[in-house]
Amino acid sequence: MDQLIYSAEIFLNGLMTGVMYALVALGFVLIYKASGVFNYAQGVLALFAALTLVGIQQGQVPFRHLINAIFGTHLESFGWTLPSVLAILLTAGVMVLLAVLIEKLVLQHLVGQEPIILFMATIGLAYFLEGLGDVMWGADIKTLDVGLPQGISESIESVTAAWFGYGFFIDRLDIWATAIAALLVAALVAFSQYTKQGRAMRAVADDHQAALSVGISLRFIWVMVWSIAGFVALVAGIMWGTKSGVQFSLSLIALKALPVLMLGGFTSIPGAIVGGLIIGVGEKLFEFWIGPLIGGATENWFAYVLALIFLVFRPQGLFGERIIERV
Amino acid sequence: MTHSPAVETYTTADGRQIGGVLMDMRNITLRFGGVEAIKDISFDIREGEIRAIIGPNGAGKSSMLNVISGFYVPQEGEVWFRGHRRGPMKPYEVARLGIARTFQNIALFDGMSVLDNIMTGRLNKMKAGFLSQALWWGAAEREEIANREQVEKIIDFLEIQNIRKTPVGRLPYGLKKRVELARALAAEPQLLLLDEPMAGMNVEEKEDMSRFILDVNDEFGTTIALIEHDMGVVMDLSDRVVVMDYGRKIGDGTPDEVRNNQEVIDAYLGVAHD
Repeated sequence: MDQLIYSAEIFLNGLMTGVMYALVALGFVLIYKASGVFNYAQGVLALFAALTLVGIQQGQVPFRHLINAIFGTHLESFGWTLPSVLAILLTAGVMVLLAVLIEKLVLQHLVGQEPIILFMATIGLAYFLEGLGDVMWGADIKTLDVGLPQGISESIESVTAAWFGYGFFIDRLDIWATAIAALLVAALVAFSQYTKQGRAMRAVADDHQAALSVGISLRFIWVMVWSIAGFVALVAGIMWGTKSGVQFSLSLIALKALPVLMLGGFTSIPGAIVGGLIIGVGEKLFEFWIGPLIGGATENWFAYVLALIFLVFRPQGLFGERIIERV
Repeated sequence: MTHSPAVETYTTADGRQIGGVLMDMRNITLRFGGVEAIKDISFDIREGEIRAIIGPNGAGKSSMLNVISGFYVPQEGEVWFRGHRRGPMKPYEVARLGIARTFQNIALFDGMSVLDNIMTGRLNKMKAGFLSQALWWGAAEREEIANREQVEKIIDFLEIQNIRKTPVGRLPYGLKKRVELARALAAEPQLLLLDEPMAGMNVEEKEDMSRFILDVNDEFGTTIALIEHDMGVVMDLSDRVVVMDYGRKIGDGTPDEVRNNQEVIDAYLGVAHD
């Protein structure tokens, strides 16, 4: 009985971890859907967003190490601390600006190239952004606090304690992350299904020539899609940054998004969510039930093995579009 | 041989109004590297007419259509539309001017339903604000309803009511062509460009398509420029015909004039070029 109650707690925690994975996977899906490009830089985008948010909020001078080294100055900070909402808005603005620059400096020159070329370009972009983040804001580990509640949710603990005689440990940050992710997904779905821009985005994803012929500007759509992906990265960056600090390992959360995408399918927003949840729950429960039997540390590989099994039986993922080549 | 169009309007035998010059191509030359796909061609398209561009394979017909729709930019020559000279433009800008097109190899959004495909044709007619669209509220709702009405009219007109919810990828070839025509019509274009609308169709489908083209021109008064490989179909459809061969214009006039043009006959019968 105890085992079951523990499992229930682990299940809930797994769901919420899954939401965090799904947040990262969403960014991949958006860009893949709109341009057929697997954006390797999505994880670094989240890192860059989080770094910029911390920098702006705490009034750090960008490039200060570089400036200090060249000019012998001792710049540290502007001496302000911005309210979280304002800092988040400003960071969102930076992400849009970044999208414009990426389109202008990278994508525009690669129109009509093979997807693999564009993929390579995003690898380059990832390393560039990692370095840029480093130079702009410094390589030290930063704490990010935008006022999201953290720590054990006492109400859930007391309720479960009354019901089961065992209080569940649920982090309030995870609850908030889940709520915000749900809101974000609802907004994205509404956007892509009901707005003119969303329809244009789906059109571009489907056929470039046809999109041009009905008067859609590819460049505008690409800037828009990268801006949205940047915004999703910002949300993911806030959640992960608040949870485990803003540091360069943050960009590695992209690696956890990969199995999520294989499970859910690269082209499906619901797929990213469901895939994230399955992996979040699966790896936690597996660790709890099977881990002790085989020496633990299963969380590191469980997601990938699950993804591999999926690749064998359902290569397009749970919700992905089945590719049928007519010969 | 050249039928120089009178500037004043006239009425055709079947009672359609032909107006002034809508599009004027002046001395267009298009090169790909050293190859001249179009050599110094001039012709015009008048309001309300069905204008055909015909010629054997490789004559440069599709290149010409791509120049009109902005997919290619000619090295020499001027493109005039509605009395204004058009600078180099991107295809989407040309589309926004009111020039819609279909493609020889069909370019539809395979993942979307027939209805959604046709609705994309009206993207440029939508003006409502972003938020009101996302929330489906106020101006956006009225606009979407108005757009839907227009689209339903076109769906009825082209007799594709029974497939409106079907994903386009599943449709047979002939119907795809019709959906593509519907999407182009949804933009309420001033000039409709059709790139081989009957290519790859069987006789019955060709007859259907011919009827739709005539009806579109008649009902909506849409000016149509079409490219065809098959001479027979074109002659029955069009008011005036441009004939191209090896990138040059070798004939221009009414179907009867063109039919009796020796150079055109030679081109189609395959007389050796010196």
